Amino acid sequence: MINKTVANVDEAISGVDSNMVLMFGGFGLSGIAENCINALSKKNIKNLTCISNNAGVDDFGLGLLLKKRQIKKMISSYVGENDEFERQMLSGELEVELIPQGTLAERCRAGGAGIPAFFTPAGYGTEVQGKKEVRVFNKKKYIMEHALNADFAFVKAWKGDTLGNLIYKGTARNFNPLMAMAGKITVAEVEHLVPAGELDLNQIHTPGIFVQRIFKGSFYEKRIENRTITKA
Amino acid sequence: MALTKNEIAKRIAQELVNNTYVNLGIGIPTLVANHVPSDINVEFQSENGILGMGPFPIEGKEDADLINAGKQTITSLPGAVLFDSAVSFSMIRGNHIHLSVLGAMQVAENGDIANWKIPGKMVKGMGGAMDLVTSSNNIIVAMTHTNRQGQSKLLKRCTLPITGVSCVKKIVTDLAVIEVTSKGFKLTEVAPGVSEDEIINSTDADLTIDKNLKTMVL
Repeated sequence: MINKTVANVDEAISGVDSNMVLMFGGFGLSGIAENCINALSKKNIKNLTCISNNAGVDDFGLGLLLKKRQIKKMISSYVGENDEFERQMLSGELEVELIPQGTLAERCRAGGAGIPAFFTPAGYGTEVQGKKEVRVFNKKKYIMEHALNADFAFVKAWKGDTLGNLIYKGTARNFNPLMAMAGKITVAEVEHLVPAGELDLNQIHTPGIFVQRIFKGSFYEKRIENRTITKA
Repeated sequence: MALTKNEIAKRIAQELVNNTYVNLGIGIPTLVANHVPSDINVEFQSENGILGMGPFPIEGKEDADLINAGKQTITSLPGAVLFDSAVSFSMIRGNHIHLSVLGAMQVAENGDIANWKIPGKMVKGMGGAMDLVTSSNNIIVAMTHTNRQGQSKLLKRCTLPITGVSCVKKIVTDLAVIEVTSKGFKLTEVAPGVSEDEIINSTDADLTIDKNLKTMVL
């Protein structure tokens, strides 16, 4: 059995350096690797390319790395909740590649699955098409999209075991299983870390083969971006 | 009288077909879930990874791990299922979703839609909209007829960067229901108290008037 546990977040992010390509799981603030992001924001690294569906908010999530100007380029699908992001983008300080959400998911999945490229209808006839190859299948037009990989992928799960097997909770799953597959080094932080054999093998979402390092996060704020309730 | 956002949602809810899967976008589309007719059974998909989405939770039951695509806290209904983003967009691109309701900044008479970017001013990104509009069997747009400057959002050609090509089938605005046909916009319903002329004057494209033009029933 291959033990993937590391002692703490510092050990988990060791080796992350300037100019690297990093993937971050999560949708909005849900299912983000809070502990890793906090630690990365305190590390003296810059010129990062970050692949993440969203860019956090001004003072939480990837917003922390943006504020410290550690990010050179973002690859995302929706970045609407972050003023500092919008400012850096419109002023040209930050390079941004916006891609359809389903394309982002599939590019990560493909990267982890050994599929170099694929055709999707999303973005055909729009700015997203750019100079990408267009092909017709069954009378419908598709554009070619390439796989994404990363030097490090940071994912967050609810439960994990020492072998790196992961179980996510609720909609915090989102991009995490796909990015877990696409990282050269995938770091998983979990709320509950258990010994090998304790997870129900029928319920595991990400097999440990995709995970290189796992640790129990010391603190989770789990901030809610948009609290909505039904009046009783 | 122009419809309120809730009334637009209520009119769109009349388009729901029994036993179908539906994706609702952010804004007015989200409100459609509050007006599902009692004899209609639909399952709502949210592209961040849930099918069988329920209403907002009661106070104290909010869960940071259970949100919709608008990042709002939600609940799950009995029988709901959770999945990752690749599976979610397999449902969307694979044509398993029957109806998608989206907001828009502009719609053109050929069915093009623009809703993700105002160059130099606002860049929020397309999220799942580009995947949704290229794949769903039926695309309905929910929007106000004109923008804050009073300009028509229904145009001959979109002037903003488009989200998808020739995909919108129907538009429900605060003034009218308009179908997108091979010959352009067709006015099929007017909002109560709104005149045909008012709609024609608020629309920056040709409008065919349906022979059976009706007043919306809400």
